[in-house]
Amino acid sequence: MIVENLRSLGHRIVSAVWRIGYASRFFMMILFYSGTSFRRFHLTIKELFSSGVMSLIIILVAGTFVGMVLGLQGYETLKRYGAESALGSLVALSLVRELGPVLAALLFASRAGSAMTAEIGLMKATEQISAMEMMAINPLARVVAPRFWAGVISMPLLSALFSAMGVFGGYVVGVVLIGVDEGSFWSQMQAGVDFQHDIVNGMIKSFVFGVAVTAIALFEGYDAPPTAEGVSGATTRTVVESSLTILFLDFILTAFMFQGE
Amino acid sequence: MSSQALVEIRDVNFAYDSRPILKGVNLTFPKGKVIAVMGGSGCGKTTLLQLIGGALKPSSGYVKVDGQVIHELDHKGLYDMRRRMGMLFQFGALFTDMSVYDNVAFQMREHTDLPEEIIRDLVLMKLHAVGLRGTHNLMPAELSGGMARRVALARTVALDPMLIMYDEPFAGLDPISLTVVGNLIRRLNDALGATSVVVTHDVQESLKIVDYIYFIADGVVVAEGTPAEISSSDKPFVHQFVHGEMDGPVPFHYPCGDYRQDLNLRPER
Repeated sequence: MIVENLRSLGHRIVSAVWRIGYASRFFMMILFYSGTSFRRFHLTIKELFSSGVMSLIIILVAGTFVGMVLGLQGYETLKRYGAESALGSLVALSLVRELGPVLAALLFASRAGSAMTAEIGLMKATEQISAMEMMAINPLARVVAPRFWAGVISMPLLSALFSAMGVFGGYVVGVVLIGVDEGSFWSQMQAGVDFQHDIVNGMIKSFVFGVAVTAIALFEGYDAPPTAEGVSGATTRTVVESSLTILFLDFILTAFMFQGE
Repeated sequence: MSSQALVEIRDVNFAYDSRPILKGVNLTFPKGKVIAVMGGSGCGKTTLLQLIGGALKPSSGYVKVDGQVIHELDHKGLYDMRRRMGMLFQFGALFTDMSVYDNVAFQMREHTDLPEEIIRDLVLMKLHAVGLRGTHNLMPAELSGGMARRVALARTVALDPMLIMYDEPFAGLDPISLTVVGNLIRRLNDALGATSVVVTHDVQESLKIVDYIYFIADGVVVAEGTPAEISSSDKPFVHQFVHGEMDGPVPFHYPCGDYRQDLNLRPER
């Protein structure tokens, strides 16, 4: 009994390590075969449209609502200390440093990441990937790498839009509805947010999240068993794994970027 | 015959993990011919095509195409070889995110520097050859199964391959589409001067169009011959297969224990 359990534990660990190795190799292969994505940039642009542009609505709407909630909650808290005028800087800092990159990446993982996994998994299940290989065309270069770079490029842009819409949402609730002074809202924001320290760091975060989410989504799709259950399982794993990875990486990056404050 | 052979398969063994699929098969596909490889489901027919295309490596033996041993080629050599092969997958494997036109143009755009006007003419010619020039604006999802198979056929021959492989080209087609696809396989092969390998279990359709037939069962070649020889063969397996009989060398029942015992019946007195 104990031996059985030990054996199955060992087996699981070995296969997990093997899978990580396989995924890392896959990631290196994407980078190695990335030339086509830039030489024939229209391939990447097509994917930018389907993963980036098609995610715009969810990102813009979610950003606005998150900003509005921040405006409400921030006002309630700041009022206790008579610091309502700092609302602008609170909203902007929370968004630019944390909520923008993290929430945009979580939404991107469930909107575009899952779609990528399902698409690649189905291409594999319907033998489109094999057909491409038989035509002497490398599917990593032609199908996978353009999607990877499209994800990496669109993630920081989506995160910036998320933050911008959030600031707008905070403004609508704080200034227009509650009546915080408009001048202090914007001037506190301008004074409180540092370009290098806050905005650039936030952008770096979303770039890292973009790499992680897209790589996970593509790997899961490419590795999915070519059946209906296989593809649905892979899609679920993409969302779960990339969400956890985003939150874990966020902690690590925050610890490095904003330590000693 | 071997001097004009385009594909030679010699003593090929292949196993998935420890399950043997092919056990020392020998096949020869002469240039210009249409060859059928037949056998029941799961007998290793598709594996054979994957070995020819270099997607799998034989455990022993070799597959030679146009004088070159496939599993000894490096990545570039294999890709150069594949450019001269075409493969029609079971359900066509059309790229679902591209129109019919773009599907047929795909390899021309990837592998040649032809200007778009010439590609346009070539695509329309290929589609005309399969009778579907009128569909070039449609998406694969808008095609019927038979039409999708024909578009895939046009895509397969886009670069005039020397070897065309068909994986179950007749699966799931209505009788009209079946005849159309069968005739196209023959006509395209003769028009292009290519060699075709048709992996199938559709006996009646294949007997009409092919030059030579190999039967595979349990990983070995059990019979071979021209359509006339096969039709009149008295080998039990071939007879059962050609005439679609329920029982014979391929038993109806999956191997199992005694029926009465399974039903907990007492033995007959």
